[in-house]
Amino acid sequence: MEKAKRGKVVSYNKWGYFFLIPFVVVYAIFQLIPLVSTIYNSFFENYRSGLTQVGPNFIGLKNYMTLFTNGDLLSYTRNTMIMWILGFVPQILVSLLLGAWFSDPSLRLKFQRFFKTVIYLPNLIMASAFSMLFFTLFADSGPINSILISLGIFSAPYKFMSHVWSVRGLVALMNFIMWFGNTTILLMAGMMGIDPSLYEAAQVDGATATQIFYRITLPLLRPILLYVMITSLIGGLQMFDVPQILTNGTGDPVRSSMTLIMYLNKHLFSKNFGLGGALSVLLFIITGIFSLIVFKLNTSTEK
Amino acid sequence: MKKRTISVLLATAMVAGTLAACGGSSAPAEKPAEEPAAETTEEAPAEETAEEAPAEETAEEAPAEESAEGKVLNIYCWNEEFKSRVKDHYPGYEEVDATHGKIGDVEVVWNITPNENNAYQNNLDETLLKQADAAADDKIDIFLIEADYALKYVGTDYTMPVADLGITEDELANQYGYTKDVVTDANGALKGLSWQGCPGVMIYNRAAAKEVFGSEEPADIQAKFSDWDAFVASAKELKDKGYSVVSSVNDTYRVYSNNVTSPWVVDGKINLDPNIKKWVDDSKALVDAGYAGTHDLWSDDWSKGFYPDGKVFAYFGPAWLIDFCMAADTEGSIANAGGWAATEGPQGFNWGGTWICAATGTDNQTLVADIMRQLTCNEEIMTDIVKKDNDFVNNKPAMEAMAADESYGDAVLGGQNALGMFCAGADKIVMDQITIYDQGCTEEFQKAMKGYFEGQQDFDAAYEAFCKAVVEKYPELTY
Repeated sequence: MEKAKRGKVVSYNKWGYFFLIPFVVVYAIFQLIPLVSTIYNSFFENYRSGLTQVGPNFIGLKNYMTLFTNGDLLSYTRNTMIMWILGFVPQILVSLLLGAWFSDPSLRLKFQRFFKTVIYLPNLIMASAFSMLFFTLFADSGPINSILISLGIFSAPYKFMSHVWSVRGLVALMNFIMWFGNTTILLMAGMMGIDPSLYEAAQVDGATATQIFYRITLPLLRPILLYVMITSLIGGLQMFDVPQILTNGTGDPVRSSMTLIMYLNKHLFSKNFGLGGALSVLLFIITGIFSLIVFKLNTSTEK
Repeated sequence: MKKRTISVLLATAMVAGTLAACGGSSAPAEKPAEEPAAETTEEAPAEETAEEAPAEETAEEAPAEESAEGKVLNIYCWNEEFKSRVKDHYPGYEEVDATHGKIGDVEVVWNITPNENNAYQNNLDETLLKQADAAADDKIDIFLIEADYALKYVGTDYTMPVADLGITEDELANQYGYTKDVVTDANGALKGLSWQGCPGVMIYNRAAAKEVFGSEEPADIQAKFSDWDAFVASAKELKDKGYSVVSSVNDTYRVYSNNVTSPWVVDGKINLDPNIKKWVDDSKALVDAGYAGTHDLWSDDWSKGFYPDGKVFAYFGPAWLIDFCMAADTEGSIANAGGWAATEGPQGFNWGGTWICAATGTDNQTLVADIMRQLTCNEEIMTDIVKKDNDFVNNKPAMEAMAADESYGDAVLGGQNALGMFCAGADKIVMDQITIYDQGCTEEFQKAMKGYFEGQQDFDAAYEAFCKAVVEKYPELTY
């Protein structure tokens, strides 16, 4: 019994490990093992042509060489980033504005709950369904074109899906609509966390609303902004469903809306685990670097 | 102590739970086994034969009676076409529900996966690769393939030679030669049978023909579209009256691609046939002049022309397009009103076609052979298919008799008997340039050229994009 008594002190520490087991197991099975096997796979030639399996044969870094030499990687990274920025800039601006309005008690906004729900709603729709809807709306003979023609703005249907910037714009617009509600809620939570006495003090000192926003709200919001930015960036790099459905998997016109993950998806046709694995590893590294940059930029000026 | 034990138990239960969920059920338990006793006795010989060489297999299986065969017939296909053929024309087939049927005491299970994004082949491939280890009732018995990727399956051991099913060459004597060439493997073994022939014609809009050319008679229209130069000249006349000659330039693709002199891939290198290049040049001219669109095939914009408001003069296609795809059942469509007519057009061609393959390892060989015989060799049944579904069947005497039959007419074509045209076309079809890469090449080529037709890039850039996309699909190729 003495042993058990002594063990009781230690066992409290053990509880922590017990509670960690589910997470660790899930993490290991769904994240760690796939990650390691992806890296492992990226060194092999391993694909299926028709019903014939080729490989796996160890080929070292050849998959990486292929990716770097054909130049596609760079242009798809650029596409992805362009579409992300196009969507993210309006998203963060609108969210900041809405967040500031919603969290400002002096405005006495009515029906706040209703509007908060409404702006969040687009996020509840499946991205693919949303994308399908836009595809139909903006088809050559779709409703948007009919409206534009009957209004006399265009004489012939504008081929939205055949122009580089209209497709990229639509992708960005969809991402914006889907995510600004979510961002607003996050920023609002951050703004509500700011001590109201700071605002009151500023008002007493005669600060304008703009000054309050730039001098108090924004600096104190930095941690939340940082979080929003990193998650959005990672989400942006993994952009897939919206452009995939909108362009029917082609990334057209001329692959100008092909994202990195869509490119990865292309290798699925031949079950090309080697090249796909190499691309995933690179994507992992790119995501890591981007996140580090944003993280560094946002923390370096903090005292 | 007690608490600790409980917590350990809970934790293990949690872990076990997650692990169990990961393991998943590899064997699809869709169908409840009807007679477990019978199943176990069947399983043993089926597994045995699967591992043996095909030659031995037939020797052993030939004397087997139907009663010794499996109770479930699994059929893999991508749409309702084959199902409706079996339902309407196979003697003794009873429908149970949308995906199940019955032939005698054999349960027929339809596994229908749409073609979109290659879903059908992905599903089929995964199941075929597991075929050897699957339980007898889960094994694929019949699957369907199309001309574009026929060789992908025909060239492997996953398809059974038709001869091994006991179907002799004499029985197939009435079939069109090309339908056999497509599914013959490198060793000369015939691996599939088709009930249809797919010679294509130009299907034009009667009302538009009358409005623009003053006649809707096939002979008059043929004179206007006798070759590609005449085609372009007539396209201009149509444009002046507000019609597109074809919905999309992709409509004419098959007419060119079926008259090529070299395959898509030569010695592992992507090859551009001169006739395909001619399609690109002719199509670019059509698009630039505004005579035709650049829609993807099967898209909504493409099929707008099935209705009068779409203002499309013609589509190119075989019998199945007319009968199965042109919205004949929809009120208000041209097809519904019988407003189409057929003529040969500038060049003969072939598009598509469905072949029935027996999967190696099937436990229903007799039944599979009988379905093949009835639907692809039985002249009476095939004549019925023509009469009921207006399909063009793979049986020369039946088709020639029907072509001469004055009383037959296709309602979609306004009562026109176009079978003579199809017969003439079917005799001329040659399919000697097919490769296992055709489907991918065709799809990617049309996608890539769209950018060229719409003026976003020049031909070389579009061709490079095409090559890139093909190599993504088939990494062993070069360009």
